[in-house]
Amino acid sequence: MTLLSVENLEVSFPTSHGRVKVVDGISFDLGRERLGIVGESGSGKSMTGRAILRLIRSPGRVAGQISFEGRDLMTLSERQMRALRGARISMIMQDPRYSLNPVMTVGTQIEEALRVHERLPRSEMRARVHEMLEAVRIDDPDRVAGLYPHEVSGGMGQRVMIAMMLIPRPSLLIADEPTSALDVSVQGDVLRLIDDLVKDHGMGLILISHDLPLVARYCDRILVMNAGRVVETCNASALHAASHPYTKGLLAAVPQMRETRAELPVIDRNAWAGT
Amino acid sequence: MTAISLKNLDIAYDGQRVVHGVSFDVAEGESFALVGESGSGKSTVLKAIAGLAPEWTGEMQILGRPGSHRPDRTLAKHCQMVFQDPYGSLHPRKTVDAVLSEPLAIHGIGRQGAKVEQALADVGLDRRFRFRYPHQLSGGQRQRVAIARALMLEPEVMLLDEPTSALDVSVQAEILNLLKRLRSERGLTYLMVTHNLPVVSFLCERMAVMNKGRIVEIAPATALHDGAFTDPYAQALYAASGGA
Repeated sequence: MTLLSVENLEVSFPTSHGRVKVVDGISFDLGRERLGIVGESGSGKSMTGRAILRLIRSPGRVAGQISFEGRDLMTLSERQMRALRGARISMIMQDPRYSLNPVMTVGTQIEEALRVHERLPRSEMRARVHEMLEAVRIDDPDRVAGLYPHEVSGGMGQRVMIAMMLIPRPSLLIADEPTSALDVSVQGDVLRLIDDLVKDHGMGLILISHDLPLVARYCDRILVMNAGRVVETCNASALHAASHPYTKGLLAAVPQMRETRAELPVIDRNAWAGT
Repeated sequence: MTAISLKNLDIAYDGQRVVHGVSFDVAEGESFALVGESGSGKSTVLKAIAGLAPEWTGEMQILGRPGSHRPDRTLAKHCQMVFQDPYGSLHPRKTVDAVLSEPLAIHGIGRQGAKVEQALADVGLDRRFRFRYPHQLSGGQRQRVAIARALMLEPEVMLLDEPTSALDVSVQAEILNLLKRLRSERGLTYLMVTHNLPVVSFLCERMAVMNKGRIVEIAPATALHDGAFTDPYAQALYAASGGA
């Protein structure tokens, strides 16, 4: 079943030499699966994620079709859109230090995410927050709920973000570089957590990242983007057999743990002008 | 000869000790890495060597000279630092030319124009970048400027603080190739801080694994090929980084 269908999506911004398309006609369908969008800075991967949530502000312009659970997102009013954001489609941002409210306790923030979309008695609200914090594997949920964002570590902050995003039980989760601000030892935990929750709740996931090997490990399907276009779509398990020269170039440029090459191959920037 | 020698180095910020009893030697021409997670104290060690973390005790020798508790002009001539974020480490209102000439002016070195042109060529930047401002450059170009700046005084030792972690993989590959080439051309000594073990495997010969302000293990970079670490924390870090 198709959860999200994106057709010929374009995002453009005005510059001194006319409008520049940062996303240039991309199309894909997403079921209840894990889709990875990979690309370098400026490839348009984050803009794609934001466009789905209609978060591109003027003077940026979005064109194309986006339909989610059978509804055409492009024609919804801002009010209808707001009811959808968080409740049906959620987004996890990169750095918990910047995306959590610094003057609100963790518990209150998670509770707020729920209160916006559902009316529940206070006791039930508390219980849901407690249950959600447990689901993101925070050991002492009641204590952590009373902490402020600066009192928790980066990994725990990202768990709080995940809890906040998942508590209204959305059916699509967009994770934009969810672990690039975290230490390697915590990265794996956070991704496994997202993975488990996505599986348990039967959600769709879009994982946006610049890290090809990481995306290959946690996704079913991969879109490789360059200069606003999708250059390659493949199954994650078949990534090593990628055929597009840009994808191959990206893969080869990553240093390996058992590195023996004297020099790393470099992508020809003139051929791939978008990066 | 040893380029950098640290013995029982303790470093504190405002009386709070954050690095405990760090000892290691880096030979001249060697490339040595300090690896660990955020807060492990690896950058602090680098700062102490550069004189930017003054509250240190213990023994420090850089190219046979005692270490300094403040930025020091003679030290600067022999030992230079490249920082993580090329967006933050270049003065936004100075042109590339001004950034690169400044160290020469401070040290009273002549023929600045020719030296700046040469430095740009050495790091693979076209001459037309000379009179540009940082905001007119991409991340990779900025990091090349930062490396050129560090090389202006022809130091023997380079302190590299996560030099590629703010860059895209394809740009990272270019900068890593550049660092490797410069080292072999000039016989530089590198002390590099990073959390990325594959980068160590590409650029370094030895590494010290740090955890909570202490060195838990010093191992050759070949340990990354087979996971031959003895310390449990080093093994866990290796596993989390995708090592078998």
